[in-house]
Amino acid sequence: MIRIEEKLFQNRYRVDAGRPHINIADPSVCAVHCQEKSCTFCCPAGCYTQEGDGRVTLITDGCLECGTCRIICSEHRNVQWEYPRGGYGILFKFG
Amino acid sequence: MTEKFDAIVVGAGQAGNAAAYTMAKAGLKVLQIERGEYPGSKNVQGAILYADALEKIIPDFRDDAPLERHLIEQRVWILDDESYVGTTYRSNDFNKPPYNRYTIIRAQFDKWYSKKVQEAGALVICETTVTDLHMDGERVVGVKTDRTGGSVYADVVILADGVNSLLARKAGFHEELKPKDVALAVKEIHFLPESTIESRFNVSGNAGVVIEMAGKITQGMIGTGFLYTNKESLTIGVGCLLSDFKKQGIAPYALLEQMKAHPAIKPLIEGGEMKEYTAHLIPEGGYHAMPPLCGEGWMIAGDAGMFVNGVHREGSNLAMTTGQLAAETVIELKNENKPCTAKHLARYRAKLDASFVMKDLKKYKRLPEIFEKNHQFFTTYPELMNRAAHAMIAVDGVDKKSKERAIRRSFLNARSWKGLMGDAFKLWRAFE
Repeated sequence: MIRIEEKLFQNRYRVDAGRPHINIADPSVCAVHCQEKSCTFCCPAGCYTQEGDGRVTLITDGCLECGTCRIICSEHRNVQWEYPRGGYGILFKFG
Repeated sequence: MTEKFDAIVVGAGQAGNAAAYTMAKAGLKVLQIERGEYPGSKNVQGAILYADALEKIIPDFRDDAPLERHLIEQRVWILDDESYVGTTYRSNDFNKPPYNRYTIIRAQFDKWYSKKVQEAGALVICETTVTDLHMDGERVVGVKTDRTGGSVYADVVILADGVNSLLARKAGFHEELKPKDVALAVKEIHFLPESTIESRFNVSGNAGVVIEMAGKITQGMIGTGFLYTNKESLTIGVGCLLSDFKKQGIAPYALLEQMKAHPAIKPLIEGGEMKEYTAHLIPEGGYHAMPPLCGEGWMIAGDAGMFVNGVHREGSNLAMTTGQLAAETVIELKNENKPCTAKHLARYRAKLDASFVMKDLKKYKRLPEIFEKNHQFFTTYPELMNRAAHAMIAVDGVDKKSKERAIRRSFLNARSWKGLMGDAFKLWRAFE
């Protein structure tokens, strides 16, 4: 089992506490209508977690700002995706 | 800020920097807005720099640009679980200046590039996210930013905001990207002593090697992997179509871990210290997936415009060239005293059509669809090729004619005559 946290630990972030740049528009859509929940395995930073009761929770702190979650949610369009405020989010040391 | 600029450039990647530099150098009043802490802090690439595209913008870049290694050897590996078959091209001609391709580290390179942009006279503002385009009816007249009172105005806005192209989509210039038109790539950088890299890859001085990979490492998905040598580090990554990741249900970082554990790859990265893990989307949809590229007061350059030649792993050079062509369009119109209307900015499209950019994208326009519908090129064939190589190379008392017959049979069993002929035809169509 690969722990994504160990990889993300090497990265540099300036987290905009309390102001996530990505939000799930309607959590009930994920819980009730979405079977695939592809965000929970496609996100390269593992930001999306499927809970036991079928809900999907999102923590954007480790986000790499790639855009994957927004694009793969093609059926439900349930991801509200913006870039973080200027200067916040991932800050690549090497890129 | 109520100041008005000749041009605003959104983004300080390869396209944005090329555009801002070219316009500023020509004396235009240019504002460039970057959301990162410094230019490069949001940018991800393999990364290979194609000298030709940059030379046409900054001829003497070699004097002070932070370059890692110039490439003298390219390996292409087709991998099975335990093996690979491959080709290598190495030439000492590539070891004589002026060098043709370099590995670079984008955070460092983009910082250098941005300094050039500022020296040329552009105003570069970092830590500022452009949230929307400022419209006057159908016409783009400026941008809104996340700074207080953050509206700025210009005659033209060049959107070099990267693959996600949020601004053009919010403005309704194009639709959301489709999962089949983008690849998700994940990458790590591993640090090793310079001498270790040089002995492992059989190079010296500043010479370097690239390895491009396909086959089992993508586990049936359409995609490729790579391993590049920097001065004191290696970058290793793998990318596959997002539609395939969605179908396959494998986490991208798990795919990268499995690739790193391949018996042919593991010894090359052994002992390295991993210092950063990155992910990035690559627009791979090709010619048919391109959005509109210009309109009333706006143009799109770089990844935002789907300017990537997936077959040849080219993107950053297309970004630079499209940024430069967009800038030259603005410069011409200024000199002729013409407004940046859709009608006049259509010259950008004409310049693109006349350049290698559109010629190459048109040449491979069928390829994304052919690959998407024919996964055998990434699954069956790599396996068959590796088994054939193994059969011919292993000395085991079986005569060569019998081995050839068995290999032929393995290809026929896997694909049939009709399938083999069809695949050959499809490949020809894709690369025609």
